[in-house]
Parts: sequence; C-alpha cells; structure tokens
Amino acid sequence: MTVLDSAPSITRRLVLRGAGSITLASLGIVAMPLPGALATANDKYPEDAFKQKNDKEAIKLLYGRTAEASDKIKLDAPEIAENGAVVPISVSTSLADVTSVAFVVPENPNVLAAYYKIPQGTLPNIANRLKMAKTTNVIVLVEAGGKLYSATKEVKVTVGGCGG
Amino acid sequence: MASSIRVRAIANGDVTEVQTLIQHPMDSGFIKTDKGDFIPAHYITELTFEHNGKPVFIADWGTAVSKDPYVKFAFKGAAKGDDLKVSWIDNKGESDAATFKVQ
Amino acid sequence: MAAHIGRVGRISVRWLSIPVVLLLATTCAATADGTDPVREARAFRDYFIQKFPNVKLDDFVNGPYSLNEDMRRQWEEKEQFPPYEFSLETGKELFAKPFANGKHYADCFPDSGIGVRQTYPQFDMKSGKVVTLELALNQCREANGEKPISYTGEDMAALTAYMAFTSRGKPFDIKIPDDPRALEAYENGKRYFYTRRGQLNFSCATCHVQNPGERLRAEVLAPALGILNAMPIYRSEWGGMGTVSRRFITCNSQVRRVPLEPQAEEYRDLEYFLSYVANGLPISGPGSRP
Repeated sequence: MTVLDSAPSITRRLVLRGAGSITLASLGIVAMPLPGALATANDKYPEDAFKQKNDKEAIKLLYGRTAEASDKIKLDAPEIAENGAVVPISVSTSLADVTSVAFVVPENPNVLAAYYKIPQGTLPNIANRLKMAKTTNVIVLVEAGGKLYSATKEVKVTVGGCGG
Repeated sequence: MASSIRVRAIANGDVTEVQTLIQHPMDSGFIKTDKGDFIPAHYITELTFEHNGKPVFIADWGTAVSKDPYVKFAFKGAAKGDDLKVSWIDNKGESDAATFKVQ
Repeated sequence: MAAHIGRVGRISVRWLSIPVVLLLATTCAATADGTDPVREARAFRDYFIQKFPNVKLDDFVNGPYSLNEDMRRQWEEKEQFPPYEFSLETGKELFAKPFANGKHYADCFPDSGIGVRQTYPQFDMKSGKVVTLELALNQCREANGEKPISYTGEDMAALTAYMAFTSRGKPFDIKIPDDPRALEAYENGKRYFYTRRGQLNFSCATCHVQNPGERLRAEVLAPALGILNAMPIYRSEWGGMGTVSRRFITCNSQVRRVPLEPQAEEYRDLEYFLSYVANGLPISGPGSRP
C-alpha cells in the first residue's frame, strides 16, 4: 500500500525465486510454491500508483526507485496515433530475468496505464492497446534481475479530423 | 450470455503465444455524457492467466487501457490441449472467467 | 484548380479536378443518348490507379491504410484480434434468431443471405428504387411482422457486419439494369457525390477524389475507390460498429450540412454509385477505421 511496502516485497520475491528455483529444480520438483510466493508477495493492486498524475511519482510508488535507460528494450509504438483511444503499443526485451513491465503515459490524467507481472517462464514480450490523451513520450519500465530499466518513444496524438 | 473473454492460445514448440480480447467498456471516468454528467469509471483492474493452477501472466490495469481491451504475451511450458484459465475483476467488483484450450 | 462548368443540362455544379471534369464531360455528352456507367467506372478507377501507382488495385478497399505506412502498421496490429469481433458474433446470433412468425432473415435473401452482400445495393424494378442491404434487412423484418430497427444502431451494424463477413473477398457485383429509372438512380448518386454542400462547401469528391492520402487534421483521407468495401466499420472514434447510414450522416455533419434521414433517396443512390464504380474490388468488411 505504501512506498515502503512495495520495495521490500519486490526484493523478497526475487530472493525467494532465486533460492527456491535452484533448490526445487534440483529436486526435480516443479516450482509450485514459488508462484505462490510471487502471488502473495506483490499481490496488491498498486492503487496509489494508478492514481498518480506525475510519471516520476508513479514510478517511485510502483518500484521505489528510478530507472536507467536501456537499449536492450524495444518499445514499439506508432509515430502518429491513428486514434488516441486505441494506440497499439508493445515491448520486447533481451534483458534477462524480467519480473515486471509497466507502461507510463505522462500526459494522461492518470499516468500509469498498465503493470504486468511476469512469472518465471513467461517471456518479456507484451503487446497492448492504450488510451493516450495527448502527444507524449510513452515510457516502458522493465524490472529485470532486480534492477529497473526504461525506454521511451514519442507518440503524437492529435484530434481526429473526421470525428463524428 | 457468452463470456466477455476471447482467447487465442497457440503453442509453437515450448512457447505458447496468447492473445486475448475482452468485451468491456473500460470507462475512464473522464468522459461526459451529452447532458454533462461524467460517465463513471468502469474498468478491469486485474486480469489473470493461469496454466496448471499457476499464474503465467497478471495484468494490473488502470483507466488508460483501451475499450474492449487486448493483450498479447507468451509463456513456456504448455502443450497443445492444455487448459488456460483467464479471469478478470473490475473496479465495480464485477468479474468473469473462462477456460480455453491451447491449440 | 477548380474548374467551373456553368449549366450542363439542368444541372449547375462546380467540378473539382480535371479527370472529374472529363468524366462528367463524357457523361453529359452521352446523357441524351444514354449514359455509359461502364466507361465511367473505368475512368473513375483509372484516376486512382494513376494517382497512386504503387497501390495494388485490391488494396484501395483498405482506405487510408493503403496510403499511409504508419497507419497501416497500427491497423495490421489491431487486425490480429480486431475490436469488431464482438459485433460480428452478435451479428451472427441476430441473423440466426427467428422472427415471431418463425421465419428468418435467411428466408428473405438468395443463398440464405450468406455471401450475398457484394450484390447490394440493387435496383428494385418493382418499386423503382435502390435497395441497399440495410433497407433489405428492414424490409425483411416488416414483411415478417417485425418492427424495423434503427439504421444507425448497433444491431443493424452487427447484422451487416456478419453479412459482409460472409462475403469477404468477393468482388463487388452491382448491376444497373437496362431501365431509365436505374440509370437515373446511378446518375443521382453520382451527382450527389460531386455536389458541394454545407458550410464548409465540400463535396464528397473534395476529400475523397481530390485529396485522398492527405491529412484532414489527424485523419488520412480515404480514396473514393472502394470506400464502401469495408463497410460496416468499427471506428475507434465511435468505440463501436457503425453502418453506411451512420457514416453518411456523420460525413454530412462534418461539412456542416444538416444530414438527411438514414436511407434517404440520395444516400441510397450515393451508395449505389459508389458501390458500382468499385465493381471488381473485393469486399473487405467488416472493417476497422480510426
């Protein structure tokens, strides 16, 4: 719920996963308890983060730290959105051990658009369709190997001329 | 009435690509009616995909996800014929769930 | 750029581009002896082929996506799992649902209504008027004791979406029977298309013949060739599916003209003309647009 809660949760989740997968895998057991740990550790819907109007605040609330730009993240978004109501945006990355991905749209009334939790075994490639209120630099955050990375891309949004 | 959830889950070797389209207004709460009243926010907050009882993808959504939301992701470890359970809950407490077979 | 022709017969209009002038000159010269829609349709098609030599003929039906790469990629991404899926499913259910008297929409159409969309609009010899698919559906309802449904509503959009889907890929096959009334309807539609109207004083041709591929604010204008092939369309703008009737009405509003009633004679004749000149181009509906 608070900033303090989320930071330790992320750390705890990573540590559990790292330790657990080695132990259980070596026993030939499918890592069943781990997803449980993942689910309970950061189970809460980040309500406060979703209410933020400022991208730095939203990222701080969600991840408890700032991100470093990474060229290993490919953020795909149109140059000019054909319609701000449905903008196809996707991300793929070669970073290892991705645990979550978030999309932040700075000029939106609520800047955090989506937050995806990536259990082990799930690929860090996501495509979604977001609403964009204005032209802005869309930010994608990738949490990988305990660190936070980001990439940005400007998407132009204008009023449609044929609206009706 | 039919489920609100549509899924295409296709296995290609060890990787299963999942696409989903969900029928939901995803009202942000920022749009007004012709009369000038705000249409109340009504949007999916959590969307979960489970395979063999284990979550393989969890989406936490806000008001900026488009109407009739779509998401695509891929995960390892599933095979053709496996079950994929998809469930969502929205800010009004409404929910839906459905199970699909991996193709 | 605008060429002005004073009075041609009983028509006084302002034309917009040279090819159009030629088109009409051909028509008007031939009116007394008999219009030649076949030649006109070919001239209409040739205009766009020459204007966009890199666009494959069949691709014109994709409207702005045939003319702009950035938009095309967004469209292709959405087409992987298109937003009109739900409307399409609803359309299929509605189409299969029996009327109170036990009959179905299928009973009103050849081939049970499957794979026939590309033959609409048709000129009905009995009533002497153009029957569009939307009109045919409501006529079917009324013939079976049901109330007609709104031409601009979701149900009509869903029904026509389903019927269009069953005709996907089939080329438009619009007939103008050898009847002066049918020819007049075609002429009427053509005239409507090229006539300026509204506070903005635009004709359909201003945007769709003179400026396809150009931007109108954030929109990229679609070419008139094949412009109805993708109907009905799911517009991101509408957040839903809309019919030909809905689109004609909103286009009128956009040039600040009071729109006509849905399925008014001018709209039906306009649909007849636009569909005819797209003969041979594939049905791509239901479609997606910004």
